[in-house]
Order: sequence, then C-alpha cells, then structure tokens
Amino acid sequence: MPGFDLQLLLHGQYHEWLVAGLTIACALPLAIVVALLRLSPWRPLRWLGATYVEGIRNVPLIAHLLFWYFGAPELLPDAWKERLYAGSYEFVAAAIGLTLYAAAFMAENIRSGIRAIPAVQFEAARALGLGFIPAMRRVVLPQALRVTVPPLLSQVIILWNDTSVATVIGVGEMMYQAARVESAAFHSVEAFAFVTAAYLAGSLALTAVAAWIHRRWPVRTL
Amino acid sequence: MIDLIQTYWVYFLIGQYPQGPLGGVAATVLLAALALVLAMPIGLLMGLARTSTVAALRRPVTVLAYLIRGIPLLLMVFWIYFYLPTVTGHKTDQFTTMLIALVVFDGVYLGEIVRAGIQGVPKGQYEAARALGLAHGRAMRRVILPQALRSMLPSLVNQFVSTIKATSLGYIIGLTEASFIATQINSQVFVHPTMVYLLLSLMYFILCFGLSRIALMIERRQARRDLPRPARSPGSPTASAASSA
Repeated sequence: MPGFDLQLLLHGQYHEWLVAGLTIACALPLAIVVALLRLSPWRPLRWLGATYVEGIRNVPLIAHLLFWYFGAPELLPDAWKERLYAGSYEFVAAAIGLTLYAAAFMAENIRSGIRAIPAVQFEAARALGLGFIPAMRRVVLPQALRVTVPPLLSQVIILWNDTSVATVIGVGEMMYQAARVESAAFHSVEAFAFVTAAYLAGSLALTAVAAWIHRRWPVRTL
Repeated sequence: MIDLIQTYWVYFLIGQYPQGPLGGVAATVLLAALALVLAMPIGLLMGLARTSTVAALRRPVTVLAYLIRGIPLLLMVFWIYFYLPTVTGHKTDQFTTMLIALVVFDGVYLGEIVRAGIQGVPKGQYEAARALGLAHGRAMRRVILPQALRSMLPSLVNQFVSTIKATSLGYIIGLTEASFIATQINSQVFVHPTMVYLLLSLMYFILCFGLSRIALMIERRQARRDLPRPARSPGSPTASAASSA
C-alpha cells in the first residue's frame, strides 16, 4: 500500500454517515414511543418505559455492542448464526446497539420537553374532546418539539461521536480505517488528523444547525 | 451460569492482580475515580474562566471546550496512544493513556458543571459580597464557590457514572478493565457468550444505577433543605438572607 490511503478514509466516512443516519432514523420514533410510555397514565407502561431507559443508559455503549455482536446471535439456531456472520452483521449489530442506546437518552430529552408544556394545555385538549393520542399529537407534541429540539440535537452530536465506538466490532467507519492506515503505513498523524477534522466538521456543523433552529423556531411561552 | 460465576468471579473483579496488573472491575473503578479526582482542579479553573468577565480568559477556554466536546473520546485515546510516544520518546502504557484522555474529558465536563453551579447562585450574593467590601477573588472563594460546589454534588456523582462508562473504551487499546476481561473470559469459555456479556452489562448496571440513585438522593435532600426559600414572600425582611448558610 502506497503510504497514506485517502480512499480508505473516504470509505470510512461513507460508512460513518450510513450508520449515523440509520441510527437517527430508527432511534427518534423509538424515543418518542418510550417517552410516551413514561408519561402514560397507566402504571405498568410507565414502569416499562423507566426500566428501558435506566437499563440501557447505565451500561456503556461498548458492552451493548459486544452483546449484540457476540452475545445475542448465540440465541439463534446455528444455521441462522452462520448466515448472520457471513453477511455484514457488524453493521446490523452496530445499528441495533446504537439505536437502542441513543433512543434511551433521546426519550429523556423528549419526556422533559413534554413536561415543560403546562399540564393545562393537555387538560384543555382533553376537555375539548380529543383522546390521549390526538391531544398529544395535535397539541402537546408540536409545542414540546420546540423545547426538545436543542437537547435532541446535542444528543445527535453525541451519537455522531459515539459511532466511533462501532470500530470495536469491526464496522469499517472512520476510526477503523484510521487505525488501518496507521498500522499499514505508520502515517498516524495524517490519518488521525483527517479523522479529527471530519468528526469536528460534523459536530460543529450540527452545533451551528442547532443554534439556527433555536433562533428560527424559538420556544414559545404563554 | 452459577458455574461460570464461580470459576471466574475473582478474575472478573481484579484481573490477574497479584501475578499481573490490577484488572477487571477494580481497574475500572480505580481508573474512573482517579480520573475524576485529577480532573477536579482543571474543571474548577475552566469553570472560573468560562464565567469570567475577562474576554481574553473566557473565549479561548470556551473554544477549547467546544473543540474537545466535538471529537469522540476514542479519537483522543488514539491520539495519545499512537501519537504521544513519537513526541515523548517512550511508550505510554494503556492505563496512563486512558487516564490522560479521561482527565482531559472530565476536565471539560466538570468545567461545564462548575459554570452551571456558579451561574446558579443568585447574582445578589456576589453583589452583596462586593458591597461588603470583599474583592472579586475573596467574594468568589468565600461566598460564591461554597454555595456553587454544594449544588454541584449530584452532577459530580453523575459525572462519575459517565466516567465509569467511558473507561470501557480502554478495551480497544487492550487495557485489562472489566469489558476486556469479560471478552477474555468469553474466549476461554466459548459456549456462553450471551451469558458472559449479560453479566458484564449487569455489573455496569448495578454500579452506575446505584450511583445515579445516590445522586438523586442528594439532589432531593438538597431540594428539601432549600424548600423554605421560595415559600417566603419576596417582601419579607428575611428574604435577603434566604440563600445564605
């Protein structure tokens, strides 16, 4: 390999976006469901939501990924297992692990956003004859979203950085390729500088977007 | 499952300790505690700088905080592990690498916690201290910081939880902390990966959930103690003394 391999790093960049994009797309709906579970009027559902959040966020991401990659397939029949590892299961495992992990934190952001909306809003919607779900969807959530978006975006920045951990189970994202470039050619400085710039560009852009959204759609107070 | 625990629990808790380096859960907790303690002075200075009225002090520290929070901790670990030796001339071992990385990260996050703590103390406290003739430094040290630090305690415990979780990144550079030892056990046992990794997760859960409950307890106790404060009417003569003590 001729020294510094940019192709490899760009490939890593592509995988990075793929994993991060997939995770956000799956984690957001899941987080909304979990947040609603935690606010449900029915105790067992509240308990279920709380168990999910506490159970997931008190365990480090690496333990999640190791479990989904090495642990969980053991429960499947042998033939399925071989099929899994023959394909690119590391992607699926990383996406599952990251989605479940990110959703637990996002659910908390959404829950506190919903709780920031005065209860009378919900009560008024119910009094006007809307059911629990329509009252949430039409009245509470649109207001809560404005409160929730800034913390959600910082959660997305954390998720963006957390994708680096997927290198543990061999997902070929940026960290993985940087380590490959470093061990193949000892061009560690160039490789790490490229990856550092790429991560910084991603998180600073997201920070800028968050600031813009906060100005464009400010939180409304009564 | 009982078999697995009986055979490996000592190894999981302390690694190969008397014969080798301290490992397992003990290494995880030691590393996290050491990192947090060493990061405290850095965090205090960063918090003071970020709340400073001197722009020359505030701006660079703010930029630094944004930069460090903008990159993954793992990347920092890689820089220290692979690049630092080419500068210093000798190899940085895994424990020191993780310790340096965690101290830098904790320093930044503690800086945020200190800043929030200082800004959470009512402004009148500082003004009153200055009006009584205390200089900026003394007003900070004697009046603002004692109040700010007390309200920071729950956040500190939560930061300890984050640090414990972050030590697991040592796995990637081969530090023998809990996740690494679990993988070692897994490759020796081979037939129970689900069980091994569930037990690893359970260990982290007990440690971190327990600590976050303690943080919540402290927070509630503080809230209870502070409860009379908002109950006083704003015009009452005792209101000005409300948040002292």
